Amino acid sequence: MALQSLDIKQRSATTTPSTQVRQTVEIAKLIDVSTCIGCKACQAACMEWNDVRDEVGSNHGVYDNPMDLTENSWTVMRFTETEQNGKLEWLIRKDGCMHCSDPGCLKACPAPGAIIQYANGIVDFHQENCIGCGYCVTGCPFNVPRISQKDSKAYKCTLCSDRVAVNQAPACAKACPTGAIQFGSKEDMKDYAAKRVGDLKERGFEKAGLYNPEGVGGTHVMYVLHHADQPGLYAGLPENPTISPLVSLWKGFAKPLATLALAGVALGSLFHYVTKGPNEVSKETEDEIEKEDAK
Amino acid sequence: MTNHWVDIKNTDLVFVMGGNPAEAHPCGFKWVIEAKKHRKAKLIVVDPRFNRTASVADFYAPIRPGSDIAFLSGVINYLLSNDKINHEYVKHYTNASFLIDERFALEDGLFSGYNAEKRTYDKESWKYQFDQDGYAKVDETLQDPNCVFQVMKKHYARYTPDVVAKVTGTPKEAFLTVCEYIAETAAPNKAMTNLYALGWTEHSVGTQNIRSMAIIQQLLGNMGVAGGGINALRGHSNVQGITDMCLYSDALPGYLGAPLDSDVDRKSYLEKRTPKAMRPNQMNFPQNYPKWWTSLMKSWYGKEATPENDFCYDWLPKKDVSYDVLAMFDRMYQGKMTGFVCQGFNPLASVANKKKVGDALAKLKYLVIMDPLVTETSEFWKNHGEVNPADPASIQTEVFRLPVVFFAEEAGTCTNSGRVVRWHWKAVEGPGDSKSDTEIMAHLYQTLKAMYAKDGGAFPDPVLKLSWPYRIVDDPSPEELLMEISGKALADLYDPKDATKLQVKGGDQLASFGFLRDDGSTACGNWIYSGSWSQAGNLTARRDSSDPSGLGQTLNWGFAWPVNRRIIYNRASCDLAGKPWDPSRTVIKWLGDKWGGNDVPDMRPDAKPEEGVMPFIMNPEGVARLFARDLVVDGPLPEHYEPFESPLDTNPMHPKNAKARSNPVSRIFKGDLEVFGTAKDFPYVATTYRLTEHFHFWTQHSKINAILQPEHFVEIGEELAKEKGIAAGDKVKVRSNRGYIKAVAVVTKRIKALDIDGQKVHTIGIPLNSGFTGRTKPGFLTNTLTPAVGDANTHTPEYKAFLVNIEKA
Repeated sequence: MALQSLDIKQRSATTTPSTQVRQTVEIAKLIDVSTCIGCKACQAACMEWNDVRDEVGSNHGVYDNPMDLTENSWTVMRFTETEQNGKLEWLIRKDGCMHCSDPGCLKACPAPGAIIQYANGIVDFHQENCIGCGYCVTGCPFNVPRISQKDSKAYKCTLCSDRVAVNQAPACAKACPTGAIQFGSKEDMKDYAAKRVGDLKERGFEKAGLYNPEGVGGTHVMYVLHHADQPGLYAGLPENPTISPLVSLWKGFAKPLATLALAGVALGSLFHYVTKGPNEVSKETEDEIEKEDAK
Repeated sequence: MTNHWVDIKNTDLVFVMGGNPAEAHPCGFKWVIEAKKHRKAKLIVVDPRFNRTASVADFYAPIRPGSDIAFLSGVINYLLSNDKINHEYVKHYTNASFLIDERFALEDGLFSGYNAEKRTYDKESWKYQFDQDGYAKVDETLQDPNCVFQVMKKHYARYTPDVVAKVTGTPKEAFLTVCEYIAETAAPNKAMTNLYALGWTEHSVGTQNIRSMAIIQQLLGNMGVAGGGINALRGHSNVQGITDMCLYSDALPGYLGAPLDSDVDRKSYLEKRTPKAMRPNQMNFPQNYPKWWTSLMKSWYGKEATPENDFCYDWLPKKDVSYDVLAMFDRMYQGKMTGFVCQGFNPLASVANKKKVGDALAKLKYLVIMDPLVTETSEFWKNHGEVNPADPASIQTEVFRLPVVFFAEEAGTCTNSGRVVRWHWKAVEGPGDSKSDTEIMAHLYQTLKAMYAKDGGAFPDPVLKLSWPYRIVDDPSPEELLMEISGKALADLYDPKDATKLQVKGGDQLASFGFLRDDGSTACGNWIYSGSWSQAGNLTARRDSSDPSGLGQTLNWGFAWPVNRRIIYNRASCDLAGKPWDPSRTVIKWLGDKWGGNDVPDMRPDAKPEEGVMPFIMNPEGVARLFARDLVVDGPLPEHYEPFESPLDTNPMHPKNAKARSNPVSRIFKGDLEVFGTAKDFPYVATTYRLTEHFHFWTQHSKINAILQPEHFVEIGEELAKEKGIAAGDKVKVRSNRGYIKAVAVVTKRIKALDIDGQKVHTIGIPLNSGFTGRTKPGFLTNTLTPAVGDANTHTPEYKAFLVNIEKA
């Protein structure tokens, strides 16, 4: 269900045109890795605001904990020790959804309205529509969505769409003690990043730069990196992220096959309808297929 | 802090050593980032580990734990020999020109006056030379061989870059790079701030670590200026407050000295503590000591305190022996202390040598725990398996647990590191039967008082006649307490210079300690907090963040002690003529007829610069002490000594003198000496610290913190890990001569073996956040390993440098 103050730009498996009356400013979260101290306040704030808790785990010989993103941990800090130009560095990157302009998850999602991109750029999962197929996981070039074992639905960072909808910064940005997480319009964030990059260059990080990869149309979570030429240093941040060819396959020539499969589902629902009575979700799917077929 | 948190943003160089603010003070650390972003400040870190602070630093240098004085002495030598000092400042604002007794000497690592048997110094030869008027002699040319400047030059010349590298393991080039950064701030318009914490205090030479930095900041002229200072980062939201209130056995509130057995009456007590000016025209502010002390006694004993009975001087306990925490547990261990009320304290986890603490608690008749949480101490008697292998059947101590509220469940003040006292309001009621600490203490007092009244006792007066003016006798309110601490006039006060002029009406709250009297007409529970609740109301509750200075000098935000001054020694931010060293960062300046600006001047407001009243008004000299003639017990100048457990057999500065291996005046209890380990059995240096995800042993009770850092670990370098066949994630056993712990190994590039004069020394890092109550995985208490020897002045235990061995568990 859409929050009324947020206009929707696109919904998964939906062709209804987007609203166009209101002009929405594109927002972005900027994570300045060069001022992040890895305190994990963002992780704590994320848990609290979104009311999710992982189990108390174990130490695995590193500072990271929880060790990976899960349906309960929508952001984690990733600590990497590296030597660059003979100097030891401890790179600490806050990992989570990048909110791509061209979101692979949304493209891949077959469930209508399970994945939504708002006009402000936030990519959000609406779990009530999620069928747990996991295509979003395949579609994501950053390996972010996680399917819950409990309810077979996909979860990830919402960029606190509920907060942003009422003009509040995401919980992580609010909690960050050093201002390493900045939030604002994407333009402002780019300007701010340019200043930080300038500062880093003066301090000898010649390859400092902004991470806002074009392969996914840019992102609404961006990084300031000391070594923008080597994003892989930061716990495997992809150098040129692109949407998996499988997704293109799904949206491209394989679409008729998929449509056929969905038609099968539709037939199944019809049978279900005849034998068991109405089922709303299936009805929607059916309408969807009809629309698709009408083209 | 001499300065305050927000002021860090005004600096040009943040020098972090003996602390890890990004880890332990992440919120305050934002001001470091501000300085980097907006002033292009540099951040340098010197630490045994490349830590979270180092991760955002411009330069990092490693150091062997416990060798900080050698490093800092090397810096001092660099500044002196390369002439990188603020000359005007050093000459006029420090005791550089003062002449020292000719007998003063350092021989083979021991200062003159050493008594090996008593392990103390006779400080007679550390004194100034005085002239016939009783003033200290000075040589303003700084050439006299006995002047402090020359004495220092000689003392520090030994700490060459090569010697520093040999003792500390810091590569010489890295050391020199640090020196160059620091030296740049000798320019009058440059400032360096120093941030330190327990990484300097928790050593057998803790006080002298900080003294070393104080000397550096004085040489550079970085005291009193915006973006400068010596800034101790306090480890609890209100540990500054507890220090100010002096809940210690050797002090009274406001850092007044506790009377000793030898102080037979009020007169002799006050005489000893009320100094005479040592140079002409100096303010010598401690000359007001009798006013502070007398007002304190009036606050405690009200009408009972009269000039006739020496203001109840005889009712105060007189200190005979040490009652610091190590001494207290030693006494308990010997069975000489049988009851213990443990309030807001988790000694089984916090005090050195857990086994000794557990054994000591087992000898008590009763133990009362006042805490919001189930602490390890409250369960010392319970068998928690290997992490606390106690045998309840053999322990007879009766344990009472009194649940108290958390800070958010009561109103009151907290004083932060920057001396800013801030009122907070109750957010929620405490759960269940929890009560505030004040309410419990009031109940306890009323009960004792009733028992004394009914049954009599050996010495009932101090209890029966205590002033207790609270509306609800069983529950004094925080408002009443702060008003009492701040102080009031007990009678009409007239101007001492003009007896017709009424200054303060009797009964009114006082505006500052300037109004305190020694005749019993004023009451004040803590002179440095005087004025925090004036006639204008509760100034600690102010929340006006307006900052006309742009420097973060928010004078209407809370109340900073003393007298709302935000940067102490701020007269030193100006040259002799009263002009700021850096006008773009004006703290105060001479306005032609008075001192003023962006802070409360730390100077008599009408003292003309030409009068020569010097900035360090709390010293009878009027200047800062590069050479500390009296207050420290282990030497007037810092000297490197090895930690009591060191990988080195001798002190490399004094290899031939076994007496000078470690601090020659640190106290060692019988029984503790026997459990010191040697490098033969315990070849690795261990150091302890906090993690940002936890606060001591509290947050292990909170699920979110437990998720973020669920299990105890130790950090070792890759080279040592390889040698020992330990991989990241392996369970390891770390042993000292006092016990062992088991934890998960974090194998890291961030701790490197250091070359100490050809000997390879590995360091093992051990976070202290582990315990067996709460929601994290049950873990060992880190203090199972640590030695019970402390700093010679403060007795703060040596948690930052001791010896261990490690193996795969």
